[in-house]
Amino acid sequence: MTVDTTHISFANGLLVAALGVSVVFAVLVLLMGIIKIQTAVVEALEDREKQPDAAPASPAAPAAPAPAKTAKGSCGGVALHDVPDATAAMIMAIVADELQTPLNELRFISIREVKNR
Amino acid sequence: MEFIGAIFSNLGEQTGFGTLAAMGGVDAVKQIIMIAISCLLLYLGIVKKFEPLLLVGIAFGMLLTNLPGSGIYHPELWYASGSANVDWGAVLHDGGFLDILYLGVKLGIYPSLIFAGVGAMTDFGPMMANPKSMLLGAAAQLGVYVALLGAIALGFTGPEAASIGIIGGADGPTAIWLTKTLAPHLLGPIAIAAYSYMALIPLIQPPIMRLLTTEKMRKVKMEQLRPVSQTEKILFPIVVTIVTCLILPSVASLLGCLMLGNLWKECGVTDRLSDTAQNALMNIVTIFLGISVGATATAAQFLSLQTIEIIVMGLTAFAFATAGGLLIGDLMYFLTGGKINPLIGSAGVSAVPMAARVSQVEGQKWNPSNFLLMHAMGPNVSGVIGSAVAAGFLLAVFGG
Repeated sequence: MTVDTTHISFANGLLVAALGVSVVFAVLVLLMGIIKIQTAVVEALEDREKQPDAAPASPAAPAAPAPAKTAKGSCGGVALHDVPDATAAMIMAIVADELQTPLNELRFISIREVKNR
Repeated sequence: MEFIGAIFSNLGEQTGFGTLAAMGGVDAVKQIIMIAISCLLLYLGIVKKFEPLLLVGIAFGMLLTNLPGSGIYHPELWYASGSANVDWGAVLHDGGFLDILYLGVKLGIYPSLIFAGVGAMTDFGPMMANPKSMLLGAAAQLGVYVALLGAIALGFTGPEAASIGIIGGADGPTAIWLTKTLAPHLLGPIAIAAYSYMALIPLIQPPIMRLLTTEKMRKVKMEQLRPVSQTEKILFPIVVTIVTCLILPSVASLLGCLMLGNLWKECGVTDRLSDTAQNALMNIVTIFLGISVGATATAAQFLSLQTIEIIVMGLTAFAFATAGGLLIGDLMYFLTGGKINPLIGSAGVSAVPMAARVSQVEGQKWNPSNFLLMHAMGPNVSGVIGSAVAAGFLLAVFGG
């Protein structure tokens, strides 16, 4: 069926707009679902790979350190040792600026304050 | 003596001044106005730094094409027999320098290659860490359809209205990609409106952000995003390409290139290609795209009431796109019990990373310890996919 979309009425325009918004939402919601499934599958596979390594834990092994505080708003897990959130953010911004690299392309593992003895 | 006089007379007639004098009256004035507009755009690009990488090229292309007698761009080769029936032989035989460069726009090559570069520079990690942010990217496409309706109400044809609407996607390459097919005669004003408004995002968005959110909402600190594994990042572009192109095949070149660029970045074995796409390729294509798009802004096409209407509708599109993202952000704030800061919704309007930066700056004004940038990158990159999907839909509806 051929439809004349060149000389379109406002009413038909409304239909196109409604359909268009629906298509955008449908595609992105579908992608959202796929990402969630993909994440679950990848995490399950990675957990299975890690399990054999983690199994032989000896009773004499030292206790794992308490999880370090992480900076809010960062994508990765940045371990902060005696460094407030705002200072950590400032340090990361300075490093990104010095390296001329976008912040989201850098990975910070930990930030530790060096104390004067 | 007569011979020398004839030579000077011929030379005089062939200069731009001679051509301008031969045009006479209104046409000559229009040409001079276009040269003045080109200079104004150069000023905005160079001094005010409005998207300078593209606007300087666009403005200079506009200047070149409007210098009388230059003959480097011939609109009649592209529009004389209707946009769908270009005589390619005539373009190659009679075309000028900018006609040849314009082939890359007309065939959709430059926008797709730019998208490959954008893909190579984009980290989809924040979006994958918080997939719900994709809803904000979808909602921000509201502006596209509001502008589409506005343009229809103003009397534009369907394909023209679709091309004007896509300005609301806040994505220059997508706007050019759609307009070159649906309404090539409007390419100049639409590209200029799209890039100018993208540069003006820090001025356009904040008042709307304050209008549609409360102080309590703006102060919300969001939880840290989870780290995204490399495997997920590699799978993502492949999966998105397959799913999206199966639903909307018309968007394959644009979204396919975006995802290819991203795969080069993430797969870890094509660093050289990723580097080339991000830098050398992106810069070369930007030069070709800017100058050839600017060339389409001839006096006959540009100096019309339509251009003013396009500029007004473009602003409307940006405003509604921002509002759409913010309103869904408000909804998510209520549904999550105040865990989502709705300010990140405005970043759904593509314009990577400018819109995300605006969310960050605005968030910090209300809560200096707030860092919304990475949270806003989720809707921001979702907006790129959303606007490509919206463009693919409009091409499927109006391009047939």
